[in-house]
Amino acid sequence: MDQMFFAAEVLLNGLMTGVMYALVALGFVLIFKASGVFNYAQGVLALFAALTLVGIQQGQVPFAHMINAMFGTHIEHFGWTVPSVLAILLTGAVMVLLAFLIEKLVLQHLIGQAPIILFMATIGLAYFLEGLGDVMWGADIKNLDVGLPQGISETIETATAEWFGYGFFIDRLDIWATLIAALLVAALVGFAQYTKQGRAMRAVADDHQAALSVGISLRFIWVMVWSIAGFVALVAGVMWGTKSGVQFSLSLIALKALPVLMLGGFTSIPGAIVGGLVIGVGEKLFEFFVGPMIGGATENWFAYVLALLFLVFRPQGLFGERIIERV
Amino acid sequence: MLYREAGDFKTSYRDDGQTFPIRLDRWAYYAALAVAFLIVPFIINDYWANAVFVPFLIYAIAALGLNILTGYAGQVSLGTGGFMAVGAYAVYKLMTSFPEINIVIHILLAGGITAIVGMLFGLPSLRIKGFYLAVATLAAQFFLVWLFNKVPWFYNYSASGQINAPERTILGFAVTGPATSAPAKYLICLVFAFALAWVARNLTRGMSGRKWMAIRDMDIAAEIIGVNPLTAKLSAFAVSSFFVGIAGALLFSVYLGAAEVGEAFGINKSFLVLFMIIIGGLGSIFGSFAGAAFMVLLPVLLKNLLVGGLGWPTDLAAHIELMIVGALIVFFLIAEPHGLARLWALTKEKLRLWPFPH
Amino acid sequence: MNQQTEITADGRQIGGTLMEMKNITLRFGGVEAIKNISFDIREGEIRAIIGPNGAGKSSMLNVISGFYVPQEGEVWFKGQRRGPMKPYQVARLGIARTFQNIALFDGMTVLDNIMTGRLNRMRAGFLSQALWWGAAEREEIENRERVERVIDFLEIQNIRKTPVGRLPYGLKKRVELARALAAEPQILLLDEPMAGMNVEEKEDMSRFVLDVNDEFGTTIALIEHDMGVVMDLSDRVVVMDYGRKIGDGTPDEVRNNQEVIDAYLGVAHD
Repeated sequence: MDQMFFAAEVLLNGLMTGVMYALVALGFVLIFKASGVFNYAQGVLALFAALTLVGIQQGQVPFAHMINAMFGTHIEHFGWTVPSVLAILLTGAVMVLLAFLIEKLVLQHLIGQAPIILFMATIGLAYFLEGLGDVMWGADIKNLDVGLPQGISETIETATAEWFGYGFFIDRLDIWATLIAALLVAALVGFAQYTKQGRAMRAVADDHQAALSVGISLRFIWVMVWSIAGFVALVAGVMWGTKSGVQFSLSLIALKALPVLMLGGFTSIPGAIVGGLVIGVGEKLFEFFVGPMIGGATENWFAYVLALLFLVFRPQGLFGERIIERV
Repeated sequence: MLYREAGDFKTSYRDDGQTFPIRLDRWAYYAALAVAFLIVPFIINDYWANAVFVPFLIYAIAALGLNILTGYAGQVSLGTGGFMAVGAYAVYKLMTSFPEINIVIHILLAGGITAIVGMLFGLPSLRIKGFYLAVATLAAQFFLVWLFNKVPWFYNYSASGQINAPERTILGFAVTGPATSAPAKYLICLVFAFALAWVARNLTRGMSGRKWMAIRDMDIAAEIIGVNPLTAKLSAFAVSSFFVGIAGALLFSVYLGAAEVGEAFGINKSFLVLFMIIIGGLGSIFGSFAGAAFMVLLPVLLKNLLVGGLGWPTDLAAHIELMIVGALIVFFLIAEPHGLARLWALTKEKLRLWPFPH
Repeated sequence: MNQQTEITADGRQIGGTLMEMKNITLRFGGVEAIKNISFDIREGEIRAIIGPNGAGKSSMLNVISGFYVPQEGEVWFKGQRRGPMKPYQVARLGIARTFQNIALFDGMTVLDNIMTGRLNRMRAGFLSQALWWGAAEREEIENRERVERVIDFLEIQNIRKTPVGRLPYGLKKRVELARALAAEPQILLLDEPMAGMNVEEKEDMSRFVLDVNDEFGTTIALIEHDMGVVMDLSDRVVVMDYGRKIGDGTPDEVRNNQEVIDAYLGVAHD
């Protein structure tokens, strides 16, 4: 009986992790839909956002490490701290600026290239951003705290203990993350469906040429989409950062959004969410039931192998459209 | 005036199909080989072998392998690190299980084993394409690294989880183990790199290469004119993994001597080799060497410049290297998607016409 | 069913049935692209399939080349029923084709593109290829000679080493024909060989098609929009409309067929 409750708890935790994956995957889907770019850098974008947030919040001097090395100074901090809300707004502004620069310096020059070239360009971008983040803010592991509640929720533990005779351990942060992610998704869907810019975005996603011919500015849409993706990355970065510290592995965890996408299909927002949940739950349950038999740490590969096997049988993903080949 | 084919007539199709149709190119090639085989071994020291030449040759082999798969056959792989690990662990198991057999045979066998594993992970390429496949190869990367980490049989139950290369000799000279001299390390890698480059050239100029390129350029049309996609794709995976496996075997046994799988063959290795072929030139043998040279030399130069020259801390130099590599990848993809090899070809094109460009 | 060998007015030989389509029906989901069509192709003839847009001509060609598998009906080739096959297996039977939207391999040179046409005739083992020794080198040179003959025939000697991606449209079409010819096919399928060409290019291409048929005796099945070209080139014509066959016969017979005039010629000549 306990085993079953334990498994249920694992399942719940998997769902929460899945929400995080879905959040990063959402950024991928947005960019892919609007520009056909498969943005490998999305994970690093989340890392960069989290690094910037911590840096601004704690009043770090950007590039301090490099300045010190160049001029032999010892500056580290401005000596002030910035309130969380303001820091988040400032980071948001940085992400918009970054989106603008990426469009201007990279994407614009790659229009019309094969998708796989664009993909590799974003791998280059990921390396650049990772280096930039480290040079700007330092590579040490940082704590991120924007005032989100953390720790085991005692309310749930006592309540479930009363109902089932078994107290569920659930992190309050996970609950908040789920709520915020749900809100974010709702807001994005609303934006895409009901605003003028949202309609333009969907038009671009459908057909670049047709969108251009009715007077939609591709550049504006791309900057906007990358900004939104940067914002989504910021939210994901805050969640992951609060949970396990801001460090390089954050961008690796975000890599898991790739199998999520393969499961859900590159163009489907519901797909990203369902895919995220399936993988989050799947890897936790697999680790729980099978992991101990084969040495554990199966989370490293489970998502990828699952996606691979899945793709062999359904190449277009869960919600993707079937591709008809022609000559 | 010297560099042109005028007067250099070809009278047979055999001559027309040779690797270096221009006489001066042929001479330059023979000269480079002579220097590499006859001069460098006598002047090489430990620093140059370990910092530049040996990693360059080993990565050139890996880049050749990935270039066959990605540059020629058009199948992007992010699993190179994992396949190198297969080569490394295969050669380790062979070396320790059959110590009496020559190391060269072990290395070739390790390549063969990697080829089989590569084909296995290449099977999905029949159903999925493009970056779907790229992400699918990540499965190979993460799964293989995990496997070698978690199954003690692979590292002979050693307490550290590391694998260590025992000493093996060729003609009485140690080529693996701590007692290996710089020239011995260099020469064994050189022989492998030279032979494999020659094989790669042969395969890519013949019918196999044409089948791969046909699949790359337009897979449906290729199938309709008679290319069997199954054999074409799997043969590309097999040959590519054979090369990558040998590179992994050499990297572990000759260069590193000891390895821990996550560190030596992690995802970053996959990207490193991918960057080599992007910068060097997709679908080019020369480009594989150029890209490997570039990516091996860049950190050495940066380190000498920033740490040695300016006295900056090494971690800062490493981060700046990341930025430079990333920016260069983007730059190359924007400016010249065919990499250094194309730049080189264009220079030669200009030279041919010089000094009368019209 | 087996016709006698005939000699045409211009001295070409037309033999018995080489390929026969029996009651072919092809559906995409609920749409019937081809409805119960039968016709034959005789050895040595030029057979045209014409019809307005969306009549199912290209689908028909794709059925012949094995890219689409029809839900009903049989394809007979050289007196044998062709079972379900992959496209590359069909190619090995000796059926080569060109494509409406040019399907050349852009990253390869003209020479390499045409050499791919020979791939079913090269059998050197992998090891031989890897070492470029024995069969591989011998075959390469033998087949290069064949390919050079095709290159001479189509007058594209000067672009041999040019990457295909850099060629203009008309030349690409010619290289594509060269690749199909290099296979020395039993049947050559041409999917709108003159689409998008100017008058001069069309004349060149018509001459090549006739020469191929004349010199090598290759059986040709072609789809074309340009009525004038079709009527001049072909021995017999199948007319399709909305997936049905509405006419079949010599150009003169088809021209005088009332249903064909109503459905197609009348419209096309507006």
